[in-house]
Amino acid sequence: MLSDEERKELDHEAEHYDYKQALCIEALKIVQNHRGWVSDDAIKDIAEYLGMDPTEVDSVATFYNLIYRQPVGRNKVHVCDSVSCHILGYEKIIDHFRERYGIGWGETTEDDRFTLIPNQCLGACDRAPCILVNYELHGPLDAPEKIEDALNRYA
Amino acid sequence: MPETPLLQHVRVGDPYDLKGYEGVGGYQSVRKIVGRMSPADVVEAVKDSGLRGRGGAGFGTGMKWSFVPQGEDSPSPKYLVCNADEMEPGTFKDRMLMEGHPHQLVEGMICAAYAIQASVGYIFLRAEYRPSELLLLKAIAEAKEAGLLGENILGSGWDFELHLHTSAGRYICGEETALLNALEGRRATPRAKPPFPPAAGLWGKPTIINNVETLCNVPHIINHGSEWFKNLAPDSPNGGTKLYGASGKVKRPGIWELPLGTTIREILEEHAGGMQDGLRFKALLPGGASTDFLVEQHLDTPMDYETIAKAGSRLGTGTMIVVDDRTSIVSVVHNLIDFFSRESCGWCTPCRDGLPFTEQVLRALKEERGRGGDIDTLRQHTKYLWLGCTFCALAPGAMEPLMSALKYFEDEFQAAIREAPRPGPANQEPAAAAAAHG
Repeated sequence: MLSDEERKELDHEAEHYDYKQALCIEALKIVQNHRGWVSDDAIKDIAEYLGMDPTEVDSVATFYNLIYRQPVGRNKVHVCDSVSCHILGYEKIIDHFRERYGIGWGETTEDDRFTLIPNQCLGACDRAPCILVNYELHGPLDAPEKIEDALNRYA
Repeated sequence: MPETPLLQHVRVGDPYDLKGYEGVGGYQSVRKIVGRMSPADVVEAVKDSGLRGRGGAGFGTGMKWSFVPQGEDSPSPKYLVCNADEMEPGTFKDRMLMEGHPHQLVEGMICAAYAIQASVGYIFLRAEYRPSELLLLKAIAEAKEAGLLGENILGSGWDFELHLHTSAGRYICGEETALLNALEGRRATPRAKPPFPPAAGLWGKPTIINNVETLCNVPHIINHGSEWFKNLAPDSPNGGTKLYGASGKVKRPGIWELPLGTTIREILEEHAGGMQDGLRFKALLPGGASTDFLVEQHLDTPMDYETIAKAGSRLGTGTMIVVDDRTSIVSVVHNLIDFFSRESCGWCTPCRDGLPFTEQVLRALKEERGRGGDIDTLRQHTKYLWLGCTFCALAPGAMEPLMSALKYFEDEFQAAIREAPRPGPANQEPAAAAAAHG
């Protein structure tokens, strides 16, 4: 069931579109924002609100890399692994996560603090190598101290 | 007359609000045209200016607008969509325009919407650009409050509503027909063309999709005229300035607004400060991940649509990615193909299956466990995944850096081959292959 708060936000966004289905991606983001991730039940709730088939909503949900179809940690660390960050060594950020936090791509720390997710170019190549944590940009992270400085902001 | 119209009022961290922007001449273009100039005359002015799309494909902006059917019997509503889904690897120019001067984009969209007589507009923004999202929402609200958006704009009887749509990732959403499917709430696979969006786009209605930088140029063309715009680029057959960028192993990565047709060398050496200490230049991708590599011999080429095409690449987004002599080209190409392989929408078979296969061959080469025949396999794929074989331009775009890397750096690929050819008919002598098949 959609919460009153979720329903209110959806009703507000619906004013921007003449067709309800256009709200699909916005609905997924609103629900994810409240619940942390998008479960099968969430897919059904959204489908019911939009008058869509749940499989149709799922085909949209699974398409986008910023919609989480499985539980994630409190802080979502999106590491840019595109070309400029590759040239400037994003791999060292991944090594750091493996050594210091014991997680690799797609994994979450045991204390649920971080989930590590690859991301296409973050559009901040002047700050490569860079990461996005909970939609906040950090870079250049070309030394372990800089990576830790950025991560220390997230409990 | 400004020489750098696009960045003149860009203030990253402290962009103008409506009042501040109006204090330096903001929204004059809207006041000049809405209700005072015919939409057709605005289209003509933009056509005359020589403005070409700044998103990558480089289509004439005024020409594109002129494809929208007009008149009482024409379909309505008409839509204007700003493609702010900047996701071409190595590209970070539109972010600067939106974070530093959101009102310039809103102004450009009002002008463009008036020219094509759109009544609804969407800014399709990638979700990662959270600061842009907040600033654009504020700019739209301010413009609406001032009567520059909404119903009966400036008493002209023309209505235009502008909305912000934030996406949720995926490179393919930048392809304009995939973007339309994304906006409609469908899985964002590209559509068959024709019909092209100006005839039948969003919900089947006439739709124009323009890049952020393209739209930001429009108010300046209206304010200062087509001749002024053309003269901004004296050495170019096209008009205007261009936001050029550099990233990779340069001293000062960044974005600069320069006359269209500035040479690669000037951008690389003067603006980006040359290579980082101790490194030598090896190659660059002139306009994002889906453009062919250029090398030393091309450094004096002007960064313009025709000249970069003549050199064998594409201007693309105009933001170059610079590779040094200590970076392996094979690893860079592997990174690029890995990106395209992951971002393939999966709609057509050559792209969905061909890119992962190409990625595996490149991974083997990168890890120096390549086999004889691998280079031929890669060359074959640059044909199998080329224009005409795939549904959209994603896979052909991916093949551009691969083809050019094989052309200029085949020795690096050769050096990674350590093992005998893979067993199988394809790599056997014809007689042996025939024998194997009985």
